[in-house]
Amino acid sequence: MVILAWLIPALPMLAWAVILLAGKRTPGKGAPIGILAIGTGWVLSIAILARVVGGGESFHASTTWAPLSADLVIPIGILVDGLAAVLLFVVTTISLLVQVYSVSYMRGDERYTFFFAKLSLFTSGMLIVVLADNLLMLLVGWEIMGVCSYFLIGHYWEDHANSRAAVKAFLTTRVGDLGFMAGIFVLFWATHSFEIPGIVAAAHSGRLSSGTITLGAVLLFCGAIGKSGQFPLHTWLPDAMAGPTPVSALIHAATMVAAGVFLVARMYPVFEASPAALNEVALIGSLTMLIAALLALVQDDIKRVLAYSTVSQLAYMMAGLGVGGYGAGIFHLFTHAFFKALLFLAAGAIIHSIHTNNMSEMGGLRRVMPWTFATFTIGALSLAGIIPLAGFWSKDEILTQAWRVGFGGGAEGVATSTGVAQVVFVVGVLTAFLTALYVTRMLWLAFGGAYRGQGHPHEADGIMLAPLAVLATGSVVAGVVGSPLVGTDNIGKWISTALLPSEGAVTVNWGLVGSTTLVALLGILAGSALYRRGLPEREYLARIPPLYTLLEHKYYLDDLYEGVFVRAVTGQLAPATYWFDQRVIDGIVNGSALATRRLSRGLRYVQSGQAQWYAAALFVGVVGIAVVVTQVIGR
Amino acid sequence: MTGQEVAFLILAVIGGIGGLLVVTTRNIVHAALYLVIALASVAAIYLLLAAPFIAFVQVIIYVGAIVVLILFGIMLTRAPVGRLVLDNSVRARVGALVVAAGMFAMLTFFLVRAFGGERIVNRSGTATAALGTSIFRNFVLPFEAVSVLLLAALVGAIVLARRD
Amino acid sequence: MRLLYPLVFAAFLFSAGIYGVLARRNAVMVLMSIELMLNAVNVNLIAFNAYLQDKLLSGQVFALFVIAVAAAEVGIGLAIVLLIFRNRETVNIDEVDLLRW
Repeated sequence: MVILAWLIPALPMLAWAVILLAGKRTPGKGAPIGILAIGTGWVLSIAILARVVGGGESFHASTTWAPLSADLVIPIGILVDGLAAVLLFVVTTISLLVQVYSVSYMRGDERYTFFFAKLSLFTSGMLIVVLADNLLMLLVGWEIMGVCSYFLIGHYWEDHANSRAAVKAFLTTRVGDLGFMAGIFVLFWATHSFEIPGIVAAAHSGRLSSGTITLGAVLLFCGAIGKSGQFPLHTWLPDAMAGPTPVSALIHAATMVAAGVFLVARMYPVFEASPAALNEVALIGSLTMLIAALLALVQDDIKRVLAYSTVSQLAYMMAGLGVGGYGAGIFHLFTHAFFKALLFLAAGAIIHSIHTNNMSEMGGLRRVMPWTFATFTIGALSLAGIIPLAGFWSKDEILTQAWRVGFGGGAEGVATSTGVAQVVFVVGVLTAFLTALYVTRMLWLAFGGAYRGQGHPHEADGIMLAPLAVLATGSVVAGVVGSPLVGTDNIGKWISTALLPSEGAVTVNWGLVGSTTLVALLGILAGSALYRRGLPEREYLARIPPLYTLLEHKYYLDDLYEGVFVRAVTGQLAPATYWFDQRVIDGIVNGSALATRRLSRGLRYVQSGQAQWYAAALFVGVVGIAVVVTQVIGR
Repeated sequence: MTGQEVAFLILAVIGGIGGLLVVTTRNIVHAALYLVIALASVAAIYLLLAAPFIAFVQVIIYVGAIVVLILFGIMLTRAPVGRLVLDNSVRARVGALVVAAGMFAMLTFFLVRAFGGERIVNRSGTATAALGTSIFRNFVLPFEAVSVLLLAALVGAIVLARRD
Repeated sequence: MRLLYPLVFAAFLFSAGIYGVLARRNAVMVLMSIELMLNAVNVNLIAFNAYLQDKLLSGQVFALFVIAVAAAEVGIGLAIVLLIFRNRETVNIDEVDLLRW
C-alpha cells in the first residue's frame, strides 16, 4: 500500500492536465475532477498515516531520473516516513476541504475551471515536496508551488494591484530560493549526493566539517525564510491576500508556507549539528513572531490580520524547531493548519456575503451568520491558545521546550544556546498575549456590536459551511493527539526517526500551562475591553505616534525593498535589457531577413530574360574556365 | 619583315579598324558598310593565306548576299539612328568592354604561349579542283547536311516572314 | 610569316564581335556582330590550314561550311527580327525579355 504513495502527488497533477484540456466541457466545469483526485489522495494518506501510527517502518524507494555523469545522477524517489505521513494527511485534508469550499465560493467566476486546475497543480507540487527523497525533487515541487502561487494570487488580474502582488510574492520567494539552491549545492559538494537520508546521516555522523554544515543549513534556511514568510522576506504574504480567499486558506495558511517549516524539519539533523544555524532559526523566528503580531493589531482588512497572524505562527514553529523542539514545531504546524484554514475560510464566507474585507464595515454579524460566527470563534480561540483547544497544546509544547532549554538547565542533544532559548520563551509569551489581543479585536469588530456596512450579510450556504464544520472539529480535537491527555506525545513519536528519537512521554509543566493560559486570557480581556464597542475613533496604538507610524508603514521594509532593489532593476537593468533585445537580438533577426532580400535582389538578374546578359555570362564563364583549367588545374 | 607580312599587317589594320567601327558607330547603315570593309579585308587575307577559292566565296556570299540581306533588314525594320537608340546603357557598355577585353587578353595570352614561334611556310594557292575533290570525297556527309540545312533555312525564313 | 599574326587578328575580330553582341541594343546590329565573330573563326581555320598543310584541306572545307551556315543563320535571324518588329514595333532586344519567370 505504501508503494502507492507516489499516486498522491501524481493524481492531482494528472487532474491539472485533464482539467486544462477538457475541464470546461465536463459537467461541473472541472471541479469534480480535482476533488476526485485529491479525495483519492486523502484516502491513501489516511491509509499511510494508519500504517505509521501502527508502528510501520519508513519506506524509501528511488530510481535514477537522469544519469548526467559518473558521479552526478539526478534521482527521483519517495520517502514515506512519519513526518511525510503526517504532512500528507494535513495537506490532502486541507486541500480537499478548500476545493469543496471553492465550488460554492468561486461559483460564477469566469475562470472557474482554470482555478481548479491551478489548485490541483499546486497541491501536487506541495505533495511532491512532502514525499521527495532527494533535494532536487523537493526543489522541483517547491518551484511548482512558487509558480502556482503566482498564478493563484493573480487570479483577479484585471486589477493591476493583484498582479503586482503576485509578482511580488514570486520574486520575494525567489530571492530565498537562490539561497536554497546554493545550500543544495553546498551539501552536494560535501556529500556527493542529493538524497535526503544520505545527507542527513552524513551530517549526524560528524563526517562533515562544521563550517560546511552551518553554511548548508543557513543557506537552506534562506529558502525557508522566503517560502514561510519570515523576516526579512515576509513582505509578500500580506499582499498575497489579493488572491481569492480559498487560495489564502490553502496556500498561505496550511501548505505552501508550511513548506519552509517542513524543509527545516526534513533536514533537521543538519541543523542539529550546527548550533549557529539553530540559533539563527530561533532568533529569526522570535523576531518575526513579534513584529508580525504587532502589525496584526493595526490592520483593517480581516485577511491581512490573518496573514500577519500566519507569519507570526510560522515564526512560532520556526522558533520551536530552533530550540530543539522537532516534535513541537511539527505539532504546531499540524494544529495551525486546521485553525488557520478555518479562520480564512470563515473570513471568506463573510467577504463573500458582504463583498468587503474591511472590518470597519463589518459588525453585528453574529446574528446574521451564526454558524460562521461559531466556527470562527472556535478557530480564533484555538489560535489564541485557549485550553483545551488544539492551538493550546502545540503552542504550549513549544514554550515548554523553550523554557526547558533556556531556564531549565538545557536539554541534552539540543545545540541552541541558552540565551537564545530564553529570548524565544520571553518573546513567545509576549506574542501569545498579542495574539489573543488581536484575535479578540477581530472577533469583536467583525461579529460584535451593530452592522456598520452597506451590504446585505447572509449566512453562507451548506457547501461552504461543511468544510468550516470539519475544520472546527479539527481545531478542537487535533491537539488531543499530541497532548498529555492521551499519555504520550504521539506526533513526536510518529515523526521520530533513527536519528531523531522522540522522548516519548510528555511531562507537563503545569506551572507553565497555567501561566500561558493566564497570559492568553489577559489578552482576551484586554481585547474585549478595548474593542467591545466596535472600532474606536482612532486606533489605540495611534496614541503612541512613532510606534503607530512604524506599524502603518510596516517598518518601512516595503519602501526599502522598493527603493533599493526594485528601482535598480526597473530603472537601469530592465531598460538596458529591453534595448539589447530590440537592437541586438531583433537586429540579428531582421538583419538576416534584410540580407536575404538583398541577396535575392542580386540573384534576380540570373533570369532577367535578356539574351545579352546571358551571352555575357557565357563569355565570362568561358574565360574563367580557360584560366582555371590551364593555370590552376594544369599545374 | 617579308612583303607578305607587310601586306598582312596593312590588311589587318584595315580590317581591325573596320570591325571596331562596326560595333561602335552611331549610324546603323554606316555599321553595315563598315562591315563590308571588314569582310573584304578578311577576303584579302584569305588570299594571303593561300585560299583563293574561299576568298572568292567570301566576297560573293558575305559581302554580296549577307550584307545586302542585312541592309534589307535595316530598311524593313526602320532602324533609327543615334547612340541612345542603338547602344545599351553606359553600365552595360562598360561591362561589355570588360568582357571583350578579357576575352581578347585570354586568347592572346594562350595563343602566344602555344604558337609563339611558329611560321607558315609559303606555298602556292590551293587549287579549286583539289578543294572540290576533298569535299566530295572526304566530306560528303557534312556537305549533304549543310544543303539540307540551307533548304530548311530557306523554307523557315519564308514561313516566318510572310505576312499572314 | 609568323602564325601568330592571323591568329591575333582573328582574336581581335572575335573580341570586337563580343563587344558588339553585348553592347548593342538593335537586333540587326547584334546580327552583324555575330557575323564578325564567324569571320574571325574562319580566319583562324584558314590560317591553321595553311600552317598545317593538311592534305584533306579540312580547314578550308570547314570554313566553307561555316560560310554556308552563317548565311542560313542570317536569313533566319532577320526573319525573326522582322517578325518581332511587326509584333512590337521595336527591335530593341532588351524589350524582348519574355523568356524569364
